[in-house]
Amino acid sequence: MSELDAVPRQALAELLLTVADDEFVIGFWDSEWTGIAPMLEEDVAMSSISQDEIGHARALYELLAGLTDTDADAIAFGRPAADFRHAALLNHARTDWAFTVARRYLYETADAVRLAALARSSYAPLSELVTKMRREESYHLLHMDAWLRRLAAAAHDRLASALERAWPDAQAIFTPPAGEAALLEAAILPDPFAALHERWLGQLRPVFAELDLPIVSAAVPSDGRTRRTDDFAWLHGEFTSVAGSEAGATW
Amino acid sequence: MVTATREEQVWAALAEVPDPEIPAVSVVDLGVIGDVRFEGQRLTVELLPTFVGCPAIEVMQQQIGERLRNFATEVEVPVTFSPPWTSERISAEGREKLRASGFAPPVAIQAAPSASAFGDDELLTVLPLATCPYCGSRNTALENPFGPTLCRAIYHCADCRQPFEQFKAV
Repeated sequence: MSELDAVPRQALAELLLTVADDEFVIGFWDSEWTGIAPMLEEDVAMSSISQDEIGHARALYELLAGLTDTDADAIAFGRPAADFRHAALLNHARTDWAFTVARRYLYETADAVRLAALARSSYAPLSELVTKMRREESYHLLHMDAWLRRLAAAAHDRLASALERAWPDAQAIFTPPAGEAALLEAAILPDPFAALHERWLGQLRPVFAELDLPIVSAAVPSDGRTRRTDDFAWLHGEFTSVAGSEAGATW
Repeated sequence: MVTATREEQVWAALAEVPDPEIPAVSVVDLGVIGDVRFEGQRLTVELLPTFVGCPAIEVMQQQIGERLRNFATEVEVPVTFSPPWTSERISAEGREKLRASGFAPPVAIQAAPSASAFGDDELLTVLPLATCPYCGSRNTALENPFGPTLCRAIYHCADCRQPFEQFKAV
């Protein structure tokens, strides 16, 4: 679909940026557990999951770079913090393990719903990449499902309060990118984000009822992908520090 | 005597390129080579990564390009996800080489009946039992679905008490 018109092309670029930034930022946050996770096995698991996410971000940035005639590294490491488009859920620092599990469970389940839709995208380079990504993401989902159940049994109240903190900003995963109408019209996005949001909540309800965990319903915020925090400004400084130390170098 | 075609010669050369992380298997054994085609003086060899974020992709591209540089003036090794690499692409020979070097080969993925709520049902997996590559026992337990590289899981054999790795089913 190299003959994409300017309007859907611009909207596709926005969509790619939102998904890529989500994967990139959560990958960086959770890579901080390397060496300090609650147990050695989890050190390895969280590092591996984070590496997957950053790998997915890279592939998406490359797709975007091809579309906009830029460079993936420049998109990842050359943008100011204000230009990132990740969901507000990923603005928060890593904090404790309960929050990490709460956030990542909400993220992985929402991402699964989103990727299932994008696997049906009319834009073949995206649907092909997403089809491959989903085979890897299924391991993340199983892993976080196991952790949610483990903490629900062993540290219920702490998990519940972490979820209460994560819920409002988690809705922002479904804040649509600019140009959603053009994406729907071109079938690049098969379903509107509002429908994906409903689907996600419908899938979470029985699990949360079973585990007696809270669901905090909130509207999807329109600024869910443009709000930035001091926590993120700090992370941005971290992940751009090496690339910024020698501009234009080949690593 | 039949002379090998240029494509056949390329495949034979690729069979000599080892996987950078598990050198006992070649890139051909692993099934990461897609389409091989000549267009005039240009040779294109598609690479299908085992994992999207595999850090060995660039090393593989370099090694393949280097091994094939006498076959054409221009050798390109683009990454593609179409078709996606799956563990079913590992050849029978590749599986045997993995086993001989202490890696359990991947077992076919089964759909998980319980955890099927999210996204698309058939992709959610139950992790199947691995066969111990040392003693052949099926009395093994998954220690961690995430191992030392993206494509490896860690198991333990209850019979010979040996930890071992499995090439992950994806």
